[in-house]
Amino acid sequence: MQTGSLVSIDPLSREEIMSILHSAAYFEQNPNQNLLAGKVVATLFFEPSTRTRLSFETAVQRLGGRIIGFSDPAATSTSKGETLNDTIKMVSSYADLIVMRHYLEGAAQYATEVTPIPIINAGDGANQHPSQTLLDLYSIYKTQGTLDNLTITMVGDLKYGRTVHSLLMAMRHFNPTFRFVACAELQMPDYYKDFCRANGINFTEHTDFSPEVINSSDIIYMTRVQRERFTDIMEYERVKDLYNLHNAMLEGSKDNLRILHPLPRVNEISMDVDSNPKAYYFQQAKNGLFARQAIICRALGIPTPQHN
Amino acid sequence: MEKKELAVAALQNGTVIDHIPSEALFEVVRLLSLHHSTAQLTIGNNLPSKRMGSKGIIKVADTEYPEAILNRIALIAPSANVAVIRDYEVVDKRQVELPDELVGVVKCDNPKCITNNEPMLTRFNLLERQPVVIRCHYCGHTQR
Repeated sequence: MQTGSLVSIDPLSREEIMSILHSAAYFEQNPNQNLLAGKVVATLFFEPSTRTRLSFETAVQRLGGRIIGFSDPAATSTSKGETLNDTIKMVSSYADLIVMRHYLEGAAQYATEVTPIPIINAGDGANQHPSQTLLDLYSIYKTQGTLDNLTITMVGDLKYGRTVHSLLMAMRHFNPTFRFVACAELQMPDYYKDFCRANGINFTEHTDFSPEVINSSDIIYMTRVQRERFTDIMEYERVKDLYNLHNAMLEGSKDNLRILHPLPRVNEISMDVDSNPKAYYFQQAKNGLFARQAIICRALGIPTPQHN
Repeated sequence: MEKKELAVAALQNGTVIDHIPSEALFEVVRLLSLHHSTAQLTIGNNLPSKRMGSKGIIKVADTEYPEAILNRIALIAPSANVAVIRDYEVVDKRQVELPDELVGVVKCDNPKCITNNEPMLTRFNLLERQPVVIRCHYCGHTQR
């Protein structure tokens, strides 16, 4: 595998994470650069994702690089039955870097094994989405001034939500305290709770999104509870509104609290929260651009100034 | 004096895989592709065993297996041991041991895993030995 590839957040050390965040801070101050002059980046989206693709493509454009790729695999030879191996090898002969999203889990890892050029995983099914995690980390770092010793409350779908799982694993370097708020059907899986225990991370579990939980949090990370996750639709109807956040619930919260959400939201954060200065989800999405500029430069081995 | 009888004939040269749980015997046969083998085979099952109650045994004449192949047996029969026989003498005898990485042995249970959709070998990392828990190198799915 190319050293610059980013398939999963797990192998990144504390120093590597901080280095990416400091680069992201630099790009936030200086978004338009010519660091990718002469470079071609391929964005291969085997599964549509407008938000992530536009963010990556904007990052390349603002860095002065050129883009090839597709956003609709129906128009490529994948629809004719070409293997992923062949598609990746073919594109590798044209591009300096591949950013890929795939509906199959493990696709990006496999891609790194069949090509000499670096791969950035822009999401592989329900598995990994490391650029989302890095933009989440950047948002936390930027709003709190540190990643260390924070209390982070995760709310909603903790069973299937890959963003909360990746964030949890990345935070192991920073001595967090987690509060997991979810209904019985969507609790944090044992694998991740065991991971917390093994890494000495404190956590508590709650089925009630209570004032005590909210008022002790530095970060509340909201996720969407999806109907299709439930085997029992009655259970969905019972719990669907229990984990919604309304502005009135933030009355006793800490001044430094910020609300994050990977978006798109449906009704889990009510519109009246949007005007609260603690709402941060739209800036969070904007931070994705700077985090991705940093990830792209790292992948290509382009040194970037760091900004603390 | 009571005459002791060998249930299975002795081997001049080859490999003996003993102490296979009876219910796993045919899985081991399949794993070693013995149904396609042209070597002389002796397969015994439901034989009395002091240690296990009932056991299976496989003797393959004139064949020695690389360690990696034998270690795959540990996945389905962790109690098995393997003896290499040369000229009626046991030259090597040991318990099978599960390797830390399993390549091309197990299918991933996750239907959305890339390994189930692309012509490629599966790859698993061993998380726990007793009971066996493995994790897919590609999709991260864990299975027992």
